[in-house]
Amino acid sequence: MQIMRVDNLVKKFGAITAVDGISFEVEQNTIFGFLGPNGAGKTTTINILCTLLAPTSGTAFLDGHDCYSESAEVRRSIGIVFQDSSLDKDLTARENLMFHAYLYDVPKAERRKRVEEALDFSGLKERADNLIKTFSGGMKRRLEVARGLIHRPKVLFLDEPTLGLDPQSRQNLWEFITELPRRHNVTIFMTTHYMEEAEVCDKIAIIDKGRIIASGSPRELKKTMGGDVIYLKTADNKKAIEEIRGLFGIEASEKDGEIFISVLRGEACIPEIIRTIGEQVLSVRMQRPTLNDVFLKLTGKEIREETAAAGDDIKEAVRSYRRRHDRG
Amino acid sequence: MIEANAVYVIVAREFKKFIREKSRLISTIARPLVWLFLVGGGMSRLVPTGGGVSYIQFIFPGILGMTILFSSIFSSISIIWDKEFGFMKEILVAPISRFSVVIGKAMSGMILSTIQAVIILAFFPFLGLSIGPLEVVGIIFVCAILSFALASFGIVLASLYESYESFSVIMNFIVMPMFFLSGAMYPVKLMPSMLRHLTKINPLTFGVDALKHLTFPLEKGPMSPDFPFALDVLIIIAAAFVLVGIGGKVFERKG
Repeated sequence: MQIMRVDNLVKKFGAITAVDGISFEVEQNTIFGFLGPNGAGKTTTINILCTLLAPTSGTAFLDGHDCYSESAEVRRSIGIVFQDSSLDKDLTARENLMFHAYLYDVPKAERRKRVEEALDFSGLKERADNLIKTFSGGMKRRLEVARGLIHRPKVLFLDEPTLGLDPQSRQNLWEFITELPRRHNVTIFMTTHYMEEAEVCDKIAIIDKGRIIASGSPRELKKTMGGDVIYLKTADNKKAIEEIRGLFGIEASEKDGEIFISVLRGEACIPEIIRTIGEQVLSVRMQRPTLNDVFLKLTGKEIREETAAAGDDIKEAVRSYRRRHDRG
Repeated sequence: MIEANAVYVIVAREFKKFIREKSRLISTIARPLVWLFLVGGGMSRLVPTGGGVSYIQFIFPGILGMTILFSSIFSSISIIWDKEFGFMKEILVAPISRFSVVIGKAMSGMILSTIQAVIILAFFPFLGLSIGPLEVVGIIFVCAILSFALASFGIVLASLYESYESFSVIMNFIVMPMFFLSGAMYPVKLMPSMLRHLTKINPLTFGVDALKHLTFPLEKGPMSPDFPFALDVLIIIAAAFVLVGIGGKVFERKG
């Protein structure tokens, strides 16, 4: 079942087009990843979907409700973890969660129970009565995710959830996030510019300069790269190439003393090769295309080779535009 | 539409933070006392009041007004802080109306300011004033409606100014002139006519005036209140409604 549907969404800030006609669908209880460099339009899209911004044109539906004209219904069915912390530093973890429970009108009988659950689930029970200003970045992020689930939303938005965390906290948070759809019956919509994180998504949309340039599961996207590459070193490369061509009917060639073969499913192909010409093989290695390769192929640039400079300019321009004008 | 739970929790949050922040509590109580005893005490010998109340007694209602002015505006300005530190986003994406947020903030300002005014009010016996229990109730009521109006005004300011650099602008060019143009430190009737007109667009003027009625009801001389008590109360209530309405509109637009 589809939980979200976005059609030809456009958002302009004066002369800047931050989102340029994007369309996509999200299936219920999956993890949907929005992948793109800084300033690609990810946060703007999230802000439209969670009713904080009005689109210039196009439509966005969430659980059957229009994100612009039915904002109250949409707000009830979503939880959000923003890029920057939105916890009150001068309140304790429990107080922040309780605040949320009241704000979302969680029934009185349920409030305490759900807050305790959230503390439990974020692993912060012992720190429940400490002020947020004493928390680490990873703890805050976990608490925010747990807080976002207190009112049982259908969709949880995570905007760059691991930004600014050290590798270990990132790993922890990541394990925590991937369990959410199963444990909490919730759809995850997340943005990231980390390729490794996008790998676990059920579906990814790659966004650049406000447009979606590719979408599909990580596997499908990588397939567009033509599959895996197997590299072989053998005692007699020429003979081996002929045998591979003859036996498997696939193209193989030699480069720098190594045979390389492009195949769709490398992990199934290697045992076959070893079985047939195993005596000659000296070494074998396989390279999988990464999402980074996909991004590189589509945009001609590395995602991390900070396009940030350009991206931050756009961000700054959007911010100053919003300072000067009304919301939406 | 106003969501009661949301209003409650917004007020509860401000209250908790207020109690926790000892330095804020001390400074909001120290400032009026400094004005009262150091400025008022010093000026008492200098300013002839024509019999009746002494100068330090005369400024007591004004100092109550000052307490309310500063704490109400300060309470609402916390909206700017909330925006700066990101907490406002948590409130803005919640399924509650913008007006509930405004009401919650205005009520926070009202409750915290009234508590502080009551603490200052407790000093009246040291000034040789005698205020009856009925007048005390009246003073608390005036403080409550006045602080609701001023906190709403603070919300308007906080919605118009986006960063906390603007805090000193608000303090120096809006709050301090409001204080001096309210009849708190000198009677409105003795001001130059141009300034006298300005006092009439200042809601604090009528709050201070109502407090003068309740603090020294028998005063007849130049230090007596400037307007009828009923008019004062009516204007404060009207100002509270108008300002909370404007606050709601501006906040909705600028969020």
